[in-house]
Amino acid sequence: MLLRLHQIDKFYPTGEGPLHVLRGIDLSLEAGKSLALTGESGSGKSTLLHLVAGLDSPDAGEIHLGGTNIVGLNDTALAALRRGTVGLVFQQFNLIPSLDVAANLAFQARLAGRPDPAWLKVLAKRLGLAQVLTRYPEQLSSGQQQRVAIGRTLAARPRLVLADEPTGNLDEATGDAVLDLMLSLVAETGAALLMVTHSNRLANRLNARVHLHAGRLV
Amino acid sequence: MVWIGLTALLSYWRRRPVQLAMLLLGLSLATALWSAVQAINGEARASYDRAAAILGQDRLAQLVREDGARMDQQEFVRLRRAGWLASPVIEGEMRFGDVRLRVLGIDPLTLPPQAQQVDIAAGDELLPFITAPGVLYAAPETAARLTEQATPPVRVAEGLPPGTVVTDIGQAQVLLGAKHKISRLLLWPDQPIGRAPLKVTAPGLTLREPSETGDLARLTDSFHLNLTAFGFLAFAVGLFIVHSAIGLAFEQRRQVFRTLRALGLPARVLVLLLIAELLTFALLAGLVGVALGYVVASALLPDVAATLRGLYGADVPGTLSIRPEVWAAGLAIAVIGTLVAAAQSLWRLWHLPLLAAAQPRAWARTSERALGAQGVAAMVLLLTAAGIAHFGSGLEAGFALLAALLLGAALALPLVLTGILHLGGRLARGPLAEWFWADTRQQLPGLSLALMALLLALAANVGVSTMVSSFRLTFTGWLDQRLASELYVTARTEAEATAIRDWLAQRSDAVLPIWSIEGRVAGQPAAIYGVADHATYRDNWPILSAVPEVWDRIATGDGALINEQLARRQELGLGDQITLPGGWRASIVGVYADYGNPIGQVIIGIDTLVQHYPDVSRLRYAIRIAPGKAESLAAGLRAEFGLPAQNVIDQAGIKVFSLKVFERTFNVTAALNVLTLGVAGLAMFASVMTLSGMRLPQLAPVWAIGLTRRHLAWLELSRGLLLAALTMLAALPVGIALAFVLLAVVNVEAFGWRLPMHLFPGDLARLAALALLAVGLAAAVPAWRLAHLSPSDLLKVFAHER
Ligand SMILES: Nc1ncnc2c1ncn2[C@@H]1O[C@H](COP(=O)(O)OP(=O)(O)OP(=O)(O)O)[C@@H](O)[C@H]1O
Ligand SMILES: [Mg+2]
Repeated sequence: MLLRLHQIDKFYPTGEGPLHVLRGIDLSLEAGKSLALTGESGSGKSTLLHLVAGLDSPDAGEIHLGGTNIVGLNDTALAALRRGTVGLVFQQFNLIPSLDVAANLAFQARLAGRPDPAWLKVLAKRLGLAQVLTRYPEQLSSGQQQRVAIGRTLAARPRLVLADEPTGNLDEATGDAVLDLMLSLVAETGAALLMVTHSNRLANRLNARVHLHAGRLV
Repeated sequence: MVWIGLTALLSYWRRRPVQLAMLLLGLSLATALWSAVQAINGEARASYDRAAAILGQDRLAQLVREDGARMDQQEFVRLRRAGWLASPVIEGEMRFGDVRLRVLGIDPLTLPPQAQQVDIAAGDELLPFITAPGVLYAAPETAARLTEQATPPVRVAEGLPPGTVVTDIGQAQVLLGAKHKISRLLLWPDQPIGRAPLKVTAPGLTLREPSETGDLARLTDSFHLNLTAFGFLAFAVGLFIVHSAIGLAFEQRRQVFRTLRALGLPARVLVLLLIAELLTFALLAGLVGVALGYVVASALLPDVAATLRGLYGADVPGTLSIRPEVWAAGLAIAVIGTLVAAAQSLWRLWHLPLLAAAQPRAWARTSERALGAQGVAAMVLLLTAAGIAHFGSGLEAGFALLAALLLGAALALPLVLTGILHLGGRLARGPLAEWFWADTRQQLPGLSLALMALLLALAANVGVSTMVSSFRLTFTGWLDQRLASELYVTARTEAEATAIRDWLAQRSDAVLPIWSIEGRVAGQPAAIYGVADHATYRDNWPILSAVPEVWDRIATGDGALINEQLARRQELGLGDQITLPGGWRASIVGVYADYGNPIGQVIIGIDTLVQHYPDVSRLRYAIRIAPGKAESLAAGLRAEFGLPAQNVIDQAGIKVFSLKVFERTFNVTAALNVLTLGVAGLAMFASVMTLSGMRLPQLAPVWAIGLTRRHLAWLELSRGLLLAALTMLAALPVGIALAFVLLAVVNVEAFGWRLPMHLFPGDLARLAALALLAVGLAAAVPAWRLAHLSPSDLLKVFAHER
């Protein structure tokens, strides 16, 4: 089992007292499989993804990634995890503004010590980014930005791809193509995909789906 | 509508108190340094005016001798007989114990009403005034200094300049040892008809009109201009903070402006509202600034006063009075500065398109575009500086050169830094290094104003410290030459002097007279010294240029040495003729360095001096003796003649005193410099702080991809240090150029001497370390905050609502 969540609880402190966002989440995902996570806005989907990516820590529960419980790891270990093991595609604002598209695409792979120019070229072509490699993020449309973010994550060949509405800014055809790419990568490398989406159509194309409601999985 | 607009605009500041504090602080500090200089200058000028106005000298015509020497009392008698209404005055310097004072002797019976500073003629004050031992009138603080000394009775009179006492002319003649002598004659404004013309009655005298400004004001002008220039520099550096704070506030309120405009508030009203807001801030900060300025000024004034006394013999009180014009000027400059700093932002607001989407980086990008224009302006300024350096002359040109140089260099800085950062990026290996350089380059527009301020402050520091250190080195070397004799003794009377000379004849290697008279040479106040023909002078005197056999020519009486400042001011050179008091002429055979002396000086042979000025006072002597024996000889002198301690001084004592005067001279510039550096540090801090809020979108993705917050924080800190180090590097050549201009142009014009430049790598390294430390501290705060930012704050960056 690549990923296993056990009794995850998460609170956010707010003005009106703590907000209980996730309540006793149990979830598991095997290598080579894909899982869709749906739920209405504000149900805690992004929060869950952030916990799995080691960006934030849960208030209770365990997150086992490749056999290790990442809850309670120190900052350095978590950073190494983000760099080498998981890849996270945000909803938006996830590119590095001071680097051009080519550098953004290569950034995580180089950071993880797995640079692979040939693979990058393939990715850029399949994501339709070959023409914009020398541009800067602010000179791209939001759909193009989204594709660069996906490309950057896939370029590093992470064992677990986390995607937070990766096709939210794309038209249907491009969205389908991007999802194809992600799924084929998962199949080729034996990685796993956990993807948040609002679209039933896309969710149905994944191996399985779970629904988040009022902080619980249903 | 206007009210809604106003509250919408002001609510911004409520949410950002730090930014508001920075704005107000920057403006207050800028105003404070400027006002401090104004207050000091105002105080000094007022005291010059008071000195010039004493006895109505600014309103009454006077008769004087062209060479500045004293005239015989007989002249007065002759003029009175010829029907002129005139009043005699004697003026001179003397010591009461260790207090040195200007003594003014007046004749209360003939004094014109315009000159009646002290109400003596009234009632029963007259008799004690004119009969021995007389009465000294003095300003309260002068009177206070005299309480310990043995003097005639002292009475307090308001309105007299400090360091001056007024007494009856007969008493003054006794005190000054100038029987039957007077310095000048005051003429009544209304003279009787039918009097003999001046040419006939007083052929040896010249009429001086009241309007002619005092020597003091003229001599000290350059000193005050110097201060003003540094005050202005500090102000300009402060404005950088204000400019960036205002720019940021406008940028961040863009959305509010749009909304208000969309709601129907006319652009004109919006701009007026913002101007009103800025004016309120300006007045508030201006008030605080002027008050702060007074604090700074009163801390600096004692040193300034000591400098002015030591350097120019000008007496300036050590305490400040509150001057309305300083307040008005301070508030005005705060308002003007604010409007200048805000001009660009207001202009952009006026042209704000209603619909363009809010772009957080638009501000930075426009600055990038402005880089080109800035480069052109920098080139023009630097070329102007070069042009002035080549063709210009005079103190004003010197300061224009400084201004063009500094401003040009500051404007060129962002361009230079961009180039270096490009290069760094090209050479970088590895994704993090590449990102580091690229990101630093992107940061530059937001930081460039603060970096420019830092450059100005650092360059000024490098320049001034190099100048002062060069001067110190030259000065100490010069002191060694100049003060070659082991002991200096001052007798109290001529009889005592003769006795001392006889006593010393057997006990010392040589007794060298230091006799001098004061007068005017080439229209300038000057002192004429006679020197004995002795190895002390031949071997040591700090000659800058001289004809061969210069000391032989001095000894035979046909040559004169003059000091550098006299040579420069009057453009005199070797071989030129000068007319000395009494109307005789001598040819210049050499020019020597005479640092720290405001007036001209002429050196002739001692025999020549005595021959032309037989009644020269013969009280001071330099004594040569083996250094080991100097101390016991000094003790012997004091014991034998009962001389007070300060009448026998050894070489070391004078050197210590001279160096102290020297250090104080530059204390003020040094203090202003340190304050300017502080302001620049604050500018840096303000910019880094405000920018750090806008940094998260750039940092969060890198964090998410796999860097720890601590790692990022270190990178942020290094970024600040890198920029500071590069700025420091850029400041070095600018500062050295500045030092060169100060030494070779400004000092020559201001003080009349030129000095060689010496570089002190240790000092520069210390300054660099200090600058890095300051910037490091400024950058450490946001870096620390970043390292301790909660993940959920970083994650907010990726949320929709940003
Ligand atoms: N940093 C935070 N601090 C406080 N509350 C937060 C924070 N992040 C999220 N929340 C709250 O937690 C809840 C879950 O947020 P989350 O972003 O996980 O929802 P989501 O399911 O991803 O929604 P969406 O579909 O709109 O992206 C929301 O009510 C949100 O307001
Ligand atoms: Mg979400």
